[in-house]
Amino acid sequence: MSKAILDIAALHKSYGATPVLKGIDMAVNENELVFIIGPSGSGKSTLLRCCNRLEEPESGSILVDGTDILRPGVDLNRLRQKIGMVFQSFNLYPHMTALGNVTLALRKVQGMEKEAAEEKGRAALARVGLAEKVNAYPNELSGGQQQRVGIARSLALEPRIVLFDEPTSALDPELVGGVLKVMRELKESGMTMVVVSHEMAFARAAADRVIFMDKGVIADQGAPEDMFGNPKHERLREFLSRIQH
Amino acid sequence: MDAILQNFFNMEIASKAGVFLLKGLGMTLLLSAIVIPLGLLGGLAVAVLGSLKKKWLSVLLIVYVDFFRAFPPLVLLIFIYFGTPFLGLDIPKLLAVAIGFFLNTSSYYGEVFRAGIESIPKGQFEAARSTGLSGSQTLRFVILPQAVRNVLPDLISNTLEVIKLTSLASVVALPELLNNARQAQALTYNPTPIVLAALMYLVLLWPLVRLLSRLEHKSISMH
Amino acid sequence: MNPAMSGWDRFVFSFFNLDIARQYLPAIAKGFVTTVYLALAVIVAGVLLGLTLALLRSFRVKVANFFIIMFADIMRALPPLVLIILLFFALPYAGASLSAFAATWVALSLVLAAFAEEIFWAGIVAVPRGQWEAARSTGLSRAQTLAFVVLPQAVRMTIPPLTNRVISITKGTALGSVVALSEILNQASSSASQAGNATPMTVGALAYLLLFIPVVIFGRWVETRFVWKK
Repeated sequence: MSKAILDIAALHKSYGATPVLKGIDMAVNENELVFIIGPSGSGKSTLLRCCNRLEEPESGSILVDGTDILRPGVDLNRLRQKIGMVFQSFNLYPHMTALGNVTLALRKVQGMEKEAAEEKGRAALARVGLAEKVNAYPNELSGGQQQRVGIARSLALEPRIVLFDEPTSALDPELVGGVLKVMRELKESGMTMVVVSHEMAFARAAADRVIFMDKGVIADQGAPEDMFGNPKHERLREFLSRIQH
Repeated sequence: MDAILQNFFNMEIASKAGVFLLKGLGMTLLLSAIVIPLGLLGGLAVAVLGSLKKKWLSVLLIVYVDFFRAFPPLVLLIFIYFGTPFLGLDIPKLLAVAIGFFLNTSSYYGEVFRAGIESIPKGQFEAARSTGLSGSQTLRFVILPQAVRNVLPDLISNTLEVIKLTSLASVVALPELLNNARQAQALTYNPTPIVLAALMYLVLLWPLVRLLSRLEHKSISMH
Repeated sequence: MNPAMSGWDRFVFSFFNLDIARQYLPAIAKGFVTTVYLALAVIVAGVLLGLTLALLRSFRVKVANFFIIMFADIMRALPPLVLIILLFFALPYAGASLSAFAATWVALSLVLAAFAEEIFWAGIVAVPRGQWEAARSTGLSRAQTLAFVVLPQAVRMTIPPLTNRVISITKGTALGSVVALSEILNQASSSASQAGNATPMTVGALAYLLLFIPVVIFGRWVETRFVWKK
């Protein structure tokens, strides 16, 4: 239970002269669901994107399953398969079917045979409740279904951890539930997850720990019932009252 | 290196041929100044007539446009220039060239304007008509201003092509830039005048190419 | 020519003279083959070179991109006829001479490559950044992302403008007549002056329509089929 899948230490990142992350220390244990909240511009998305090196941090270290992903010469493309990423705007490939989206990396990075990749892809799509939609193109799917394909795309690679970058913010309210349900089931199956989101009710129900980020640092963290029920940090109280109105 | 300079950048020949080439450049500009406005007007007429949605008229216009888009402009030019004497007609060189280029150019501008008009949502027509504007007022004050803005890069791109097109007039010995450069080359047995003419085209057209690249990238980043 | 002919008869005699048409048809047919051959060679070389340059450009190496942009700018600013004449009449002074076919082919291919590079590049840039990020986050390399994710989408967007550009540049094969390449126009106009009659020009014109009308109609179809994604 205590093994850290993701271990971040003294992480710094700035855009030009503007510092965005000012020394982040954070560990995520196996099977843990960590929820990151905070005002826009607080650096939460940047933090997530650094964990996959979609952004390059300036200094610090990020260990994923014991491997330093910032070390020069690291096989980034192999490593990235251990770190699933789910995007706010889904970023499905519009010229491929749901199955094509899910199997591309299996075939091209892992070098799997077409049949084996497709079998795995179908299983991943079934896991997010889209067994019927394997041959649908993204523009034939609702936003919620597209996001579930996005989740299946990272699950198929059997990642050690999945990072969710505001997975429901681009969705119409009635479609949010389906995506959260999938995330819930994922958590129950033992997946390690880091979620940046404003879905407070979900955080309350499913998160093991809530991290509040503000101005590039981790300002406060704790169990959801403490963080939401009895917020001590002043900026957190301010943030929560703004979110709730 | 010396031989290259002697042959391709011969200062003496360049200074001798310079005035002659500038005269040619003047003719190139004159020809452009005739063909571009006429082509724009012709193209606008084609597009506006097409937007009337009269079936037979639209078919006729598509035939006109596709016919002259399929015809290489040089073939058109030579056909008009060498063909008309067989009809017993003797038309001035500049006129023959201008007619040929007009037919070609108006078709291309016509396609650009058509795309522009089609890019305007139907709601714009409806809103304008609902306030009592007539059909032609709607076109003039509401549709065309937006349409032109939407296809501005294509209009500029087409204009660039028209100016480059004028070099074809050298084939019928109209004394424009390329024609004069080739004459000077034949007289001096040295390609410097052609190199010089190429540089003049570059100086004239490069800013347009740059502007175009900028506009195109802007329109892409807006998507 | 009989001066007593009426205007209409004279027109038919000069432009639609079947005997003369029959006599010169083989020469123009030969020109037709040359034109088709040249056009195909230009399309293949121009599009491939353009695509290669656009792909190179996507690696964003400063020096390389400077030269690619320079090349594209120059080839788009110069009239193709000037380029053909430079290659055919000026290059021999540097000790290298090209045949009329080679000069026309090289010139038009370079021009098409420049336009194709710009079109492909615009397509690559138009693919949203999220597509790159999603592909890279699943472990695809830069080249794999380009090949399997970005390029298929970019090419789809580039098909209409590229088709139009290919049509307009392949029509430039007629420019080869200026350096005495025996393509359709050259065959037709020399036949016309030999016959003292404009009919071979009519036949040549019809040959061009036969060749390009289907292509223009194809271009229209492509335009409705693959609209630019807005």
